[in-house]
Amino acid sequence: MAELTLKNVVKRYGNIEIVHGINLDIKDGEFVVLVGPSGCGKSTTLRMIAGLESLSSGTISIGDRVVNTLEPKDRNIAMVFQNYALYPHMTVFRNIAFGLHAAKLPKDAIDKKVREAAKLLGLSELLERRPNELSGGQRQRVAMGRAIVRDPTVFLFDEPLSNLDAQLRGQMRTEIKRLHQSIGTTIVYVTHDQVEAMTLADRIVIMRDGRIEQVGTPLDVFHAPVSTFVAGFIGTPTMNLIALPVRQSGGNATLAFSDQDVLPLSTEVVRRIGNRDRVTVGIRPDDLVITPADAARERQGTRLEGTVVVAEPLGVTTQVIARVGDHELVGMADGRFVPQAGAPVALTCDVARLHLFDPETQRSLAS
Amino acid sequence: MTHASDTTTRGWSLGPVIHPGRIVAWTLLALGAVVMMVPLVYMVATSFKYPNEVYELNIIPHEPTLDNYTYIFQNTRFGIWFVNSLLTSSLVTVSVLFFDSLVGYTLAKFKFRGREFVFIAILTTLMIPTEMLIVPWYIMAKNFGWLNSYWGIMFPGLITGFGVFLMRQFFSGIPDDYIHAARIDGLNEFQIWWKVAMPLVTPALSALAIFTFLGNWTAFLWPLIATNDRALYTVPVGLASFSGEFLSDWELIMTGATLATLPTLIVFIIFQRYIIRGVVLAGLKG
Repeated sequence: MAELTLKNVVKRYGNIEIVHGINLDIKDGEFVVLVGPSGCGKSTTLRMIAGLESLSSGTISIGDRVVNTLEPKDRNIAMVFQNYALYPHMTVFRNIAFGLHAAKLPKDAIDKKVREAAKLLGLSELLERRPNELSGGQRQRVAMGRAIVRDPTVFLFDEPLSNLDAQLRGQMRTEIKRLHQSIGTTIVYVTHDQVEAMTLADRIVIMRDGRIEQVGTPLDVFHAPVSTFVAGFIGTPTMNLIALPVRQSGGNATLAFSDQDVLPLSTEVVRRIGNRDRVTVGIRPDDLVITPADAARERQGTRLEGTVVVAEPLGVTTQVIARVGDHELVGMADGRFVPQAGAPVALTCDVARLHLFDPETQRSLAS
Repeated sequence: MTHASDTTTRGWSLGPVIHPGRIVAWTLLALGAVVMMVPLVYMVATSFKYPNEVYELNIIPHEPTLDNYTYIFQNTRFGIWFVNSLLTSSLVTVSVLFFDSLVGYTLAKFKFRGREFVFIAILTTLMIPTEMLIVPWYIMAKNFGWLNSYWGIMFPGLITGFGVFLMRQFFSGIPDDYIHAARIDGLNEFQIWWKVAMPLVTPALSALAIFTFLGNWTAFLWPLIATNDRALYTVPVGLASFSGEFLSDWELIMTGATLATLPTLIVFIIFQRYIIRGVVLAGLKG
C-alpha cells in the first residue's frame, strides 16, 4: 500500500492542453473518486497514473518513488476498465491468472491466488467459463479479480460500472465498497456518475476542463460546494441555481424572485452578500418544501408562492417544478400531495440553507 | 400458424405459401450453381475417361478408369510438383499471416510519425497489376541468383499489401483497453500482439490464410517464369506442360486438376468454421 501524489501534472496533445497542472495527495488506503463531466480530464489523469499516457510535465509518485518514466507493469498498479477488457479466448481462471503467468509465478502460487480471489468475489463456480458465458456483473467481478491477484499498491478503476444496468450498478457499488474495506488498498476511481462518487468515496475530486474544482469528503462537497459548477454537479435532483437581484434598505435585505415574491434575508446572509446588488442563489430541491397554497399561509417565515408546472410522484415524495415569477424551481412535496399543473402552491425554505455564489465568478460567497 | 389456419378453413392444403421473390432468387441461385459446377463436374468426369472419350459430353464415363491417376503418378513428376506447390503455398501463407498481421497491428495500434503515409504507401501497392511487376521481380531474382529455387517462387508473395490492409482494419476494431490491460499485466509489446491481439482476430487470419493459400496454389505466371527446372515446377505449371503445341492430354490435365483441388478443399473446410464463427461473433457483439 502507498500514498499517491500528483504534482503539477500537465497533459498536452500537440498544442492543446487537456490537464492543466493538477495537484493531489492521496493517502494510503484512501478511496478517492475523480468525478466530472465528459472531457474534464479525469480519465486522462487516471491513465497517466497507470502509465498508459505520458506526462507533459509534473510528477506522479507512488509511495516515495517518482513513477513518471516507469512502464505500467513496473508501477505496481492494477486497473479495471470500463469494458472489463476480459480476454474472450481465455477462461475466467486464465483471465485472472494472466498477469501472474506474465510475472512467471510458480503454478501452485498462481492457482492459490486465483482461487482465493475467486472465493472473495464469488466466482469459484465460474472459473472454467469464458467471458461470453457470464453476465455483466460477473464479468465486472472477473475484471476486479484480475486486479486483486496482483496485490497492487494502488487500484485504478475507469468507469467500471457504466456498462451495467441501474440495479446491478447499485449491487456492484456495494461490492466495491466492501472490497475496499476488506483489502484496504488505495483506490482511485473515475466516474461521471455523482451518485457513485458520493456513495463510494472517502474523498471526491471534482474536475472540470482539466482542473480540479474541489476536493473534499462527499458531505463537504454536498454541503459546501465552492462553485456553482460543483453545486450543480453534486446532488440529485440538481440544485436550483438562479441569479436574483438583492434589494437592500437600511440594514435589511431581500432576494426578489419577482415583484411580489421576496425572501427576507438574515443579517449573516446579508454580510456574506456584501454590497452586491445581484447574487446567484442555490437551493437544494430537498430544502424547498412545497405545500398547498392555503396551508402555507399558516406557516412562519420564508415562503414564496408559485404555480405548478409539473408534478412527478416518486412515492415517498413528489418532485414538483413550480414557477415563481420568471423562474422555475424544483422542490419536494409530501408523497401524498400530487398537485395538478397550474395549481397554486407555497414554497418554503430555510434561508440558512441557501447557497450563495458571486454571479460574476460563480464562486461561493463563503460564510 | 396463419397458413395452417388458412388451409384448414379452406379444407385443402398447398403447404407453405412460396413468395414469387423467393422463386426468382432460387432460380438465379440454381443457375449460378450450375454455371459454377458444370466445369468442375466435367473436370472430375474427364479424369476417369479414356482419351477417346474426352471430347464426348457424357458425364458418366462409358468405361470408367483409374489409368489416368496411375499414369500421372508413375510417369510424370506430378507428385513432386504437388509437394512443391504444397511447400511454397504453405510457407508463403505462414509468412503472410505472420508479417502482415505484425505490420497491420503496428499500423493500427501504435501512433508514430508517418503512420498514415506508410499505410497509404502499402495500399498503393495494391493498385499495381502483377503483370507490371513480373519484369522487376525477374530482374531481382536473376541478380540475386534466386531463379530456379523455392525462394525465387515465394519471395514476391511473402508480405502482401492486401493482407496488411485487412489485418490493420481488424486490429483497429480491437478496443485499446485489451492492450492496455495486457501492458499493465506486464506483457511486452510482442507478447501483447501474439497472446492478446492475434487470438482476437482469428476470423481475419482464417480469411487471409484461405485467400493466400488459394492464390499461391493456383499461381501460374510467376512460378512459370521463375523456374525452368521441371523438378521445381508447381502443379499449375506442371499441368500446363501437358498441353502441347499440337495436342493436349486433356484427360491427364483434368486428372491433375482434380487432384489439385483437394488441398484447396481441405484448407477451406479447416478454416471456414472459424470464418463463420467470426461472422456470428461479430454480429452478437453489438
